[in-house]
Amino acid sequence: MKPLTLSAFTLTTSLGIGLRAHIDALRSGRSGLARCAFESARLDTWVGQVPDARLAPINEELAAFDCRNNRLAQLALAQDDFLQAVAQARNRYGARRIGLFVGTSTSGLFQTELAYRHRDALSGALPSGFNYAATHNTFSLGGFVRARLGLQGPAAVVSTACSSSAKAFGSAARMIAAGLCDAAVVGGADSLCLTTLYGFTSLELLSSAPCRPFDIERSGISIGEGAGFALLERSEEHESAGTVQLLGVGESNDAHHMSAPHPEGVGARGAMDQALTSAGLTARDIDYINLHGTATRSNDAAEDKAVYALFGSSTACSSTKGATGHLLGAAGIAEAVICALAMGERFMPGSVNTRRVDPSLRVRYLLDNATHAPRRVMSNSFGFGGSNCSLVFGRVQ
Amino acid sequence: MQVFVESVGLLGPGLSGWPASRPVLTGVAPYVPGEVPLPSPDALPAAERRRTGLEVRLALNAGLDALVRSARPPETLASVFTSCCGEGHAIHQICEALATAERVVSPTSFHNSVHNAPAGYWSIAQRSQAPSTSLCCFEWSFNAGLLEACAYCLTEARPVLLISYDLPYPEPVHAVWPMTGTLGAALLLAPRATSASFARLDVQTETDARAPTRMQDPALEALRSGNPTGRALPLLRALAGPAPERLVLEYLTDSAALVTVTPC
Repeated sequence: MKPLTLSAFTLTTSLGIGLRAHIDALRSGRSGLARCAFESARLDTWVGQVPDARLAPINEELAAFDCRNNRLAQLALAQDDFLQAVAQARNRYGARRIGLFVGTSTSGLFQTELAYRHRDALSGALPSGFNYAATHNTFSLGGFVRARLGLQGPAAVVSTACSSSAKAFGSAARMIAAGLCDAAVVGGADSLCLTTLYGFTSLELLSSAPCRPFDIERSGISIGEGAGFALLERSEEHESAGTVQLLGVGESNDAHHMSAPHPEGVGARGAMDQALTSAGLTARDIDYINLHGTATRSNDAAEDKAVYALFGSSTACSSTKGATGHLLGAAGIAEAVICALAMGERFMPGSVNTRRVDPSLRVRYLLDNATHAPRRVMSNSFGFGGSNCSLVFGRVQ
Repeated sequence: MQVFVESVGLLGPGLSGWPASRPVLTGVAPYVPGEVPLPSPDALPAAERRRTGLEVRLALNAGLDALVRSARPPETLASVFTSCCGEGHAIHQICEALATAERVVSPTSFHNSVHNAPAGYWSIAQRSQAPSTSLCCFEWSFNAGLLEACAYCLTEARPVLLISYDLPYPEPVHAVWPMTGTLGAALLLAPRATSASFARLDVQTETDARAPTRMQDPALEALRSGNPTGRALPLLRALAGPAPERLVLEYLTDSAALVTVTPC
C-alpha cells in the first residue's frame, strides 16, 4: 500500500488523558489497573477505568448520543489539539472528502444494560428515555464522532470484537486508495460495561489479579476502557523527519473457533505476513512488535508461535496490556498510538506486571523499557470470531 | 468504482433464494410474504451448528445462496458482513441475565453477541482464512458494506462476498426500535468481468441527500424502508431485470450512493 501519514493522534485510557500522560506512564512503567469498582460489578478482578468524574455528559445538539462510550470518545477527541487538526483538514479537503472509520465492540451497550434494570413491571417496556439508535447501536460511536468533528465523507463502524479499531485503519486506507475520500479519521472507543465483565467471567478468561502478559503465571485478562483517534492523510513523497506513517495492513481469519485462538497461531501469522507484504518489508525491517498479548494462556502461546515463526527470537516484543488492560475494540488504536509514541520518544515499552516470562514462549519479550529507538513497528490485534489484524507503522528518519 | 456481479443471494419473507425471488422482484410473479426458514447450515461442525443464533443463520444462509451458483472456491473469498442491529437475540439474553441478582451470563450468548459472530461462523464453515470485516452504519449499513466491498475488490484486486443481514430485535428493544421482516442479501463481486459476471456496477457517493429509489410493490417497499438490509432491494430488483438502471441508495443523513447497473 501507499504510505499514509498520521498527521494527528490522541489517546485516553486508564493511564491518563492525552499523549503526555501516556508517555510518562509508559516511561515509568506505571499501570492503570485497579481493583474493579465499576458501577455495580461485584467481581474479583482488576480493570483499567477512566475516572467517572472525567466523563462529562454530552450536551446540546448531540445530547441524544449521551452514553459512557461517547463520553469517553468526547474526552479523547478534546486532547492533543486533535479537534484543531481535524478542523484544519476540513479546511484543506472539505468536510465531504474526509471519511470516518472507527471501531468499537460494545458501543453504548451499557445504556441498554441499565435500561433492562428499569423495565415496566407490567408491560416489560424499557424506560421512556432510552434511545437505542443513538447510544446502543454499534454505529452510535460513528454517528457521534462524525457529527462532533463536522465530517461529511463516507463513514462506517468496524465491529470485529478486539480487532475492531485496528481494522478501521484498513477500511480507511482502502477508501482513500479507491478515491472515496482524501483523508480519514480512524480510531475507536470501548468503555466498561457489565456484558464484557460478566461475559469474560463466564468464559473463565478474567484474571483475579492485574493481568501479566507472557508470564509463566498468567491467568487471564484485565479489561480496560479507552478511546483514541488518528487523522490519516496521503503521504507526500518526502515527508519530514519524525512523521509517523501507516505502512502496511494485514487481515485474516483463524477459521477455528468463536472464542479461542488457533493453537498454532495460523491466522495471526497470516495477518502479520500480509502486513509485511503490504508494507513491502521483511521481518528483519521490524524493530518492535506490540503484541496482542492478552495474558490468557491460549492467546499468548498461540501468538508466540506465530511471531516466532516469522521473526524468530531477535525482534523485541511486548504487550502493553499490563499497563492499560485489554481495551477490546479500542485496543487497536491504543496500541497503534503507543507504537507511534515509542518511535517518537525513542524507547520500546516493557511489559508492566510481567515478572517471569513463560520459558515455553520463545519470542524476545521485553520486561523492561529498552532505550533503543524503533524505526518500524508492528501492532497485533486479534479478536473473537478469529478476526486478526496486524498493522505496520514507520517513522520518517 | 466499477465492479462486476457474479452471483446474488437473497433470503426474506416470500423471497426464498435468488432464482425464486427474481420474478417477484421484477413484478412478473406476485409477492407473497411468508415465513423465513432459518436452518443452521450443514457446513458448520456439529458443535458450532448447535450454537448459532438466528442472525448468524440468516447471514450464512444468504451467503450460501450466492455461493451455490458460483464456481469460486469459497475458502478463497474475502468477505464483508454488514448489519444495522447485529446480534440482537444474544444481546437481549445477556441484558436479561444482567438485570437479575445472579448475573449469570451464558458463555455461548457472550461469544455470539459480537457483531462479527456471522463472520466467525462463516470462516469456520468455509474453512476460510481470507480477510473479512464486519461493519455497521445504522440504517445505511447495506450501503456502507457495498462501498467497503467495492473498495476492497478494487484495491486488493480480488473477489469479495458482501453479506447484509437484519432481523428484528426481540422485545423490549423491538418496541423502541421496530424493524420489518427478516432479510439477508449477498453479492459476490469481482474486480473484472468474467464468464460468471452478469452485471456491471458503477458505484459513487453523492454528497447530498437525495430521494432514494423505491420499490413499486407496497409490501416490498415496506420491507425496503422497514429493514436496513431492505435498502438493497432496488439494487437486487435491477440485477433481476434485463435493462440498465440508475439507482439512488440511501447513505447517512447527508449523502447518497448512486449505483448504475448495466447487464453484461
